[in-house]
Amino acid sequence: MQRLKTAMIEKATALLTSGEVSKVLGWKKGELGFDVEPAVFTSVDSLVDFTYDAFCGANLSKYLVEESKKEGKILVFLKPCDSYSFNQLIKEHRIKKENVYTVGIECQGKVDPYKLKENGIEFVTDASETVDTVTVNGKEFKKEEIILGKCLTCTKKLLSYDDVISFNEKREPSLDRFEMVKKLEAMTADERYAFWKDQLSNCIRCNACRNVCPACTCTKCVFDNDNSGIASKANSDSFEEKMFHIIRAFHVAGRCTDCGECSRVCPQHIPLHLLNRKFISDIDRLYGEYQAGEDTESKGPLTNYTTGDVDPSDVFGGK
Amino acid sequence: MQEMNNEKKPLIVAFCCNWCSYAGADLAGSSRLSYPADVKIIRVPCSCRVNPMFILKAFQRGADGVIICGCHPGDCHYTTGNYYARRRMSLLFSMLDYLGIERERTRVEWVSAAEGAKFSAVMNDFAGKIAELGENKRLEDLRCKD
Amino acid sequence: MKKIALSNIDLLYKEIAGAQELYLPVKVAGATNFKKFEDGVEVDIKSLQTVKSAKDLFFPQSEDMMEFKTSGKSIEVIDARKKAEPFVLFGVRGCDLKSFEVLDKVFLAEPVDTMYQAKREAVTVVTLACNNPETSCFCKVFGVDASNPKGDVQATIVSDEMHFEALTEKGEKLLSSLKCLEDCEGKGVEEEKAQIKEKIDALPFVNLDLTNFKGENLMELFNRPEWEELSKACLGCGTCTFVCPTCQCFDIRDFQTNAGVKRFRCWDSCMYSEFTKMAAENPRKNQMQRYRQRFMHKLCYFPSNNDGEYGCVGCGRCVKKCPQSLNIVKVIKKLGGNK
Repeated sequence: MQRLKTAMIEKATALLTSGEVSKVLGWKKGELGFDVEPAVFTSVDSLVDFTYDAFCGANLSKYLVEESKKEGKILVFLKPCDSYSFNQLIKEHRIKKENVYTVGIECQGKVDPYKLKENGIEFVTDASETVDTVTVNGKEFKKEEIILGKCLTCTKKLLSYDDVISFNEKREPSLDRFEMVKKLEAMTADERYAFWKDQLSNCIRCNACRNVCPACTCTKCVFDNDNSGIASKANSDSFEEKMFHIIRAFHVAGRCTDCGECSRVCPQHIPLHLLNRKFISDIDRLYGEYQAGEDTESKGPLTNYTTGDVDPSDVFGGK
Repeated sequence: MQEMNNEKKPLIVAFCCNWCSYAGADLAGSSRLSYPADVKIIRVPCSCRVNPMFILKAFQRGADGVIICGCHPGDCHYTTGNYYARRRMSLLFSMLDYLGIERERTRVEWVSAAEGAKFSAVMNDFAGKIAELGENKRLEDLRCKD
Repeated sequence: MKKIALSNIDLLYKEIAGAQELYLPVKVAGATNFKKFEDGVEVDIKSLQTVKSAKDLFFPQSEDMMEFKTSGKSIEVIDARKKAEPFVLFGVRGCDLKSFEVLDKVFLAEPVDTMYQAKREAVTVVTLACNNPETSCFCKVFGVDASNPKGDVQATIVSDEMHFEALTEKGEKLLSSLKCLEDCEGKGVEEEKAQIKEKIDALPFVNLDLTNFKGENLMELFNRPEWEELSKACLGCGTCTFVCPTCQCFDIRDFQTNAGVKRFRCWDSCMYSEFTKMAAENPRKNQMQRYRQRFMHKLCYFPSNNDGEYGCVGCGRCVKKCPQSLNIVKVIKKLGGNK
């Protein structure tokens, strides 16, 4: 990890010095070791705070929607999952590609601070990692014990980059991403209803899931628009929890790259990705396998059709 | 209000496309074919005009079942609208089922302008199913109930 | 003083809940929040913090105010405020207790917010000392003693027992009504408190420098160039404001029912683009300005208007919950010290 970080800083320094880019989008060191934050660096000097380690879980692609429209070219470091979001945003014309210099970087799963805390670590003094393990404060963890839920099932490759920094160390996913979706599908309707009722009742409508989502880039969200008739700042009835989450997931259906940011940021740990993955699994099953963000050209499953598509009433196998 | 609540009849919202199904409903009427009075028809330009939000809002406002009627696939007035609607509704209905909401409460039917009889049959059948299911509890908004 | 063994603590909950409503940290689907005690709930008293703070009990996320019902040409106006029945709030930590003081300054100042006041008067607060403060805690900076929170009743866990001391008349009344408690000397309580203090002193954020936030240099702080960098990663979500025990902004909205209108108030967040939106638009146009507003309010405007009392209690919820790891500690470190 250290050598990756060194190579990244070298790259950033070189491009900033040569004037090819004027800004760098990366991660900045925090106060507790694991609380790294996305940041824009504008000078070689400011790169002292630059970091890349096992805690850089945040997806940087969405910041480019704003940053790429500003003056000057920006260098961005994209993890494999970020590169899918980047592609999807290019497809939707949300990023000015000519203003972005992308460097793909390798990733072997990022640590979940909550899981770290469960293991008694709240302050990271030093951390290092190999493909399958992370060592934090001298304590070694297996990756599958400690990484973010979104990383456990990751099969993403690096796509779309001007340059790449990689030492060809790839971690294999430890879980099938549809496992939990299948488990839920196998339950009875009453069980599913109870499951989601508990989960969604925790929702505080902070909108973190929406605001972090690289597919949610509407300038004005319908839930913020007073004229829409459904704008609400709080769930005053359990209906609103369901409405918000169904519509949020539906609106990104076919465009969601399964980057998992929604579940990472939820303060109440609601497994929101299970809603998105339900759509992904249905799309795969009904309309053929489709991975959003894999390319920048293809038509999405919901902006496409075939004359032989299944009828809504036949989705469950007959009326 | 109170007395009416005691014997609540199921309320059904039917989104009907202007070109086929709405005319189908008309034909059902002029052919004196009956369908339940609790079916409230909302005319939309095309079945693909139906935003998932419309369906959820219908439930919020007290609907017990929502049905979307459009031209038969291939016959869309706008050529392809109902193909998109078909995909959207397939996914949405599957999601509602995933959240534990009774899958029988939502339905899509293709009814042409000539199918007055089908319109009446579909509505009678759907109303019957909804009556069996009873009141919509899982996608209700309590604030709209009193 | 009184005590009960932790293994029997369910008896205590049941006895309190038998006489009045009891709210305490309850875990649902993996997340702990203050909820009503009912048979079968999973009480989670060991977790240091709930996700949402205890302010939810006095100032709920959404709360009905009034209702308008129409029939024919007449409109009926109905008072929808719920009457506050006496209730017990159990397991409040020092930081949350301090936040009640902050909220009181807002809601109990003239004109008094009667909805808040009614609940505030109905409550009996049982505080709980923090046996295991976390790295993100910095309540000491704001004068909170997490080992010795002064609620109506103060509870302290000493090994496998919970000790209780009544500090107010209300507390006395509650304790004396409980039959499952046994009298005790409070052995070990002071030692436990001393240990907690030691733990707190060793935390990384307890020596934050607030000297710059004195209220005299408002314009200078407001114009500091660092705000741009500090707010860069801000998503504009409301997580920090909604988990914050002292954030008190709310919006009043109308919901159109089938038979009229329900008027309710709900938490609002200064991080949102439509916060304080006026006829024209939002006076704070970009996220930097919104971000600055939040911290200037807590660290400058609030103390300026309230005899130096800060609008932060150092609970550390924003430190733990911000999706992109922005928080008030980073702001204080950047701007708090004398330069």
